Amino acid sequence: MARAVPTQRRITLSVVAWVIALLIFFPILWTILTSFKTEAEAVADPPLFLNFAWTLENYAVVQERSDYLRYLWNSIAIAGGSTLLGLIIAVPAAWSMAFVPGKRTKDILLWMLSTKMLPAVGVLYPIRLILINLGLLDTKFALIFILTLINLPIIVWMLYTYFREIPGEILEAARMDGATLWSEIAHVLTPMAVPGIASTVLLNIILAWNEAFWTLTLTTVDAAPLTAFIASYSSPEGLFYAKLSAASTMAIAPILIMGWFSQKQLVRGLTFGAVK
Amino acid sequence: MYLKNVLGATSALALTAAATAAFAQDTTITIATVNNGDMIRMQGLTDAFTEAHPDIALEWVTLEENVLRQNVTTDIAQGGGQYDVITIGTYEVPIWGEREWLVPLTDMGDDFAADDLLPAIAGGLTVDGNLMASPFYGESSMVMYRTDLMDAAGLEMPDAPSWEFIREAAIAMTDRDNDIYGVCLRGKPGWGENMAFLTAMSNSFGARWFDEDWTPQFDTQEWADTLNFYLDLMNEAGPPGAANNGFNENLALFQQGQCGMWIDATVAASFVTNPDESEVADSVGFALAPDNGLGRRGNWLWAWSLAIPASSDAPEAAKTFIAWATGPGYLELVAENEGWANVPPGTRTSLYENPAYLEAAPFAEMTLASINEADPQNPTVDPVPYVGVQFVAIPEFQGIGTQVGQIFSSALAGQISAEEALEQAQAFVTEEMDAAGY
Amino acid sequence: MATQHSRSAARVMMAPAVFLLLVWMLVPLCLTLYFSLLDYRPLRGTFDCCEGLGNYVRFVSSSAFQDSVVTTLMMVGGILVITVIGGILLALLLDQPIFGQGVVRILVIAPFFVMPTVAALVWKNMFMNPVNGLLAHLWRFFGAEPVEWLTNVPLLSIIIIVSWMWLPFATLILLTAIQSLDSEQLEAAEMDGAGFFSRFGYIILPHMARAITVVILIQTIFLLSIFAEIFVTTGGGFGTRTLTYLVYQRVIESQNVGLGSAGGIIAVILANIVAFFLMRIVGKNLDA
Repeated sequence: MARAVPTQRRITLSVVAWVIALLIFFPILWTILTSFKTEAEAVADPPLFLNFAWTLENYAVVQERSDYLRYLWNSIAIAGGSTLLGLIIAVPAAWSMAFVPGKRTKDILLWMLSTKMLPAVGVLYPIRLILINLGLLDTKFALIFILTLINLPIIVWMLYTYFREIPGEILEAARMDGATLWSEIAHVLTPMAVPGIASTVLLNIILAWNEAFWTLTLTTVDAAPLTAFIASYSSPEGLFYAKLSAASTMAIAPILIMGWFSQKQLVRGLTFGAVK
Repeated sequence: MYLKNVLGATSALALTAAATAAFAQDTTITIATVNNGDMIRMQGLTDAFTEAHPDIALEWVTLEENVLRQNVTTDIAQGGGQYDVITIGTYEVPIWGEREWLVPLTDMGDDFAADDLLPAIAGGLTVDGNLMASPFYGESSMVMYRTDLMDAAGLEMPDAPSWEFIREAAIAMTDRDNDIYGVCLRGKPGWGENMAFLTAMSNSFGARWFDEDWTPQFDTQEWADTLNFYLDLMNEAGPPGAANNGFNENLALFQQGQCGMWIDATVAASFVTNPDESEVADSVGFALAPDNGLGRRGNWLWAWSLAIPASSDAPEAAKTFIAWATGPGYLELVAENEGWANVPPGTRTSLYENPAYLEAAPFAEMTLASINEADPQNPTVDPVPYVGVQFVAIPEFQGIGTQVGQIFSSALAGQISAEEALEQAQAFVTEEMDAAGY
Repeated sequence: MATQHSRSAARVMMAPAVFLLLVWMLVPLCLTLYFSLLDYRPLRGTFDCCEGLGNYVRFVSSSAFQDSVVTTLMMVGGILVITVIGGILLALLLDQPIFGQGVVRILVIAPFFVMPTVAALVWKNMFMNPVNGLLAHLWRFFGAEPVEWLTNVPLLSIIIIVSWMWLPFATLILLTAIQSLDSEQLEAAEMDGAGFFSRFGYIILPHMARAITVVILIQTIFLLSIFAEIFVTTGGGFGTRTLTYLVYQRVIESQNVGLGSAGGIIAVILANIVAFFLMRIVGKNLDA
C-alpha cells in the first residue's frame, strides 16, 4: 500500500468494514454466547447479550450424554485420512497434467469436476449395498475412501492450477542433473508447491469435516463423526437453545480454530487458477 | 487331603470367575433411539443395566427422529445389520412385522409380565399373534390448557369438550399484545407432525383417508370441514409461524406461557407440569381431545417401541435389554431416581393402578382415558380398509403423508387456499395410489 | 519438453486418479440405472423387472418435478447472485487500507468453517424463529410485526442461510484477484481523471471476470447438492423442494427405490447439462 490515503477516509472505511465483518460473524458469536447461558436466559426477552450468569453447565450436560472425544477423534481421522489419501492420489495426477499436458488434459480435468455432479441421494442405495457386502459399513476406512473420491476433483484442480505457475525450466534443469521423476517431485516440485499444497489440504479438511450426508448415512457407532453428534441435538423434545448452542460450538470449534490459525495459507492458495 | 481338594476347587472356581470376567461384555448391542427426553433418561441409566448384566455392553445411537427413521429404515430394508435394538413406532411395526424384518418378542422371561401391557397399545404392536415390539412409552393426545387463562376468560373446560367450545375458548383467551395465543396446534409438515394431528382431528369430523375401495377422500365435505375449521382456528387464535411449529416448538411456547390451549401428545403433560422446565407448571389442566358429537374424538394412539431387526447378530442379548427397558422393573428404577412423575407412561396397566404414580401424576387418569378412547381398527365414523388412527398403516403412507402435510402446511402459511390444498392433496394421493397398484 | 518417456510416466501418474473416479462414477451409476428400470420398493417386498421407462415417465410427469427444477434454479441462482455481488463489494472493501485488516478478514471468513447442519439449526432456531428468534426481537424493537421467515419467505430464508456460508468463499477468491491487479494501471487511470465507477467498470471488473467464473462454477457444483440446509429448516415444504430433495423423498421417505433412482439419473443428466455450459466458459478461461 504505497499510496497515501487520507486518514479520514481510512477511518470511515475501517468503520464500515468492521461493522460488516461483525454482522457476518455475529451468528457464530451469538451461538457461542448462548452456549454459556441457562435455558431460560437463552430465550429471554429482550435478549441478553453479556449480562447473564455465565455457566458451563450445558457443556457438562452434553458431554455426559455423548462422548464428545470419540466423535471428535472420528472427525479428525476421517478428515485427515481422506486429505492424506487424496493428496497421495492427486499430486502425481496434477503434476502430469501441469507439466506434460496432452490434448485431452483439459477435458479430463473438467470431466473429473463433473463427477461431483452425481447427486449423493441418488446413489445412496447402491453405495450402501456395496459397503454392506464388503462388510465396510460404519468403518472409518469406507468414509475416508468415499470422502477422498468426492473431494478428489477439487484437490486435483487446485494443485493443477498451482503447479502450472511453477516454471518448467526449473524442472528441466533438475532433469539435466539426472534427477529421476520421483526425486524431481519430492525435491524440486513439492518444496516449491508447499503453499499451494497447504491451502489445498486446509480446504479439503474443511470440506471433509463438514460433509453431512455420507457421514450420517454410512455410520452408526464406530465411525460416527461430529455431524452425527450434532444430529442427536437437533430438535429434541422441547427447544433447548443453550444445549444446542453448546453442542454446535463443540462441533465447529476445532475447525474454526484451525481455520483461523492457518487463514493466511488458506487465503494464499484459494485461487483455483482465477489469478494469473 | 481335604484341604487340598478345597484349595483345588477354590482355584478352579477362581479360574472360572477370571475366565468369565475376561469374557464379560463379549456381547455388544447397538441401540438406535430418538433423542426424546424419556430415551435420554434411559441412556443415562446404562450403568444400572450393565451392573445387572455384565456380559452385555451397550452402544447408543441417539439421533433426531427424522434422521433416525431414515437410517433405520434404509438399514433394515437392506439387511445391513447395523442395529440390534431399534426404536420404532406403531406405524412401522405392522409393516415391518409382515415383511419378517423383526424378531418376535417371545420368551421374554417372567419378569417381563407381557399380560400387564395395556391392551390398546400392545394390540397395535402385535402381528399374527406375536408381539413384535415392546412399548417403551405410549401416548394418545389430549387438551392441555391454562386454568388461569380459562378462569380469566370466564369459561370452564369440560372433561370432554367439543370443537366449538375449543374455538370459543381459544378466541377468548387470545391476547396478541401480550404474546398469548388461544391455541397452539401442529403445523409443521410431516406425516408424524401436522398430519398426525390433522388425521386424528379429521376422524372426529367423520372424515377418512380412503373409502373401502382405497379411493382417496380429500374431495369430501368432511375433509373440507376439518381443514377449514383448523385454518380458521389457527388464523384467529394461533401463534405466528404456526406452519413451522411441531411438537417441540409448541412445547416451548406452552412452557413459556404463550399458549392458552395445546392439543398434543399426552407425554407432554409431565413436561408442562414440571416446575423446573415450565413457567406455568402449577396452572395446567387436562381434558379429552375434542369431538363433534359424531362418536369419535380427535385423539391418536402411538407407542415408541423397542424391536429387534432380523439382521441383528445378538438377538438374545437384545431381548434381555428390551425386557429390562420395557419391563415393570424399569418403571420402578426411574421412579427411584427421578420420581414417579417422570416414568415413561402409557404402557402398563399396573402403572395406572399404582397409588404412588396416580398421586405424582395428575394427568395419569386423562392419559389412560385418552389411550383407551382410541381404536386403531375403527378410527373414524365410517368403515376404512386400513389400520391406524393418525396414520394409514401401508408402506406408501410415509411418503404420501409427508407430501399432503406439506400441502396443508402451505395452506396454513397462507400460500394456497383450503380448496386448493384439498384439490392438490386429492390429485396427488390418487396419483400415488394408482402407481402403487391399489 | 515432453519426451516420450515423460509422456508415458505422466499417464501412469494420472492413472490412479482417473481410474478411481471412473469406478466411483460408473459403478453407482450403473446400479442406479439398473434400479431405475425396476419396480423396487423394499417396504412392499417388490424387486421386479421390468418397469422399462415407467419410472422415468412417472418422475418427469409429476407436477412436483417441474416445480423442483424451478426451485433449484431459483435457489442456486439467488445464492450465486448474492454471493458474487456481495463478494465483489466485500473484496473491494477489504482491499482498502483499514485498521485491523487481519482481524476483519478472520471474522469474514468464519462462516465458511461452519457445518451446514449447524448453520441451518442456528439460523432456524436462534434467528428466524418468529417468536424467540433474534430477528423477531429486532423487528419488534422497531415496532414491526416479526417476519415468519421459514413459512412466509422460505426460499429466501434458505438462500440467506446458504449465502451466509458461501459469501466468505467468494470474497476470498475475488479478493485475491483484486490484489493481483496491477496498481500502477489503476493509478494511471486515476491520474487521467477516471472516477471510481469507470475504473471499476473498465479495469477492475474485467480483471475479475475469470475469478467470477471460477466462483460460479465451484459454487454451482456444491449448491446443486444442497441437502442439510433444507432437511433441517423446512423439510422440503413451502416450495423449497429442490430436485435433490425430491429424489431424497422418493428414495428414503417413500422408499420407492426404482422411482427415486430414475429421478437420480435425471438429476445427473440435468446437472451435467448445466455443468457443460459452465465448463465451456471456464474451459476457455483455463486456456487464457
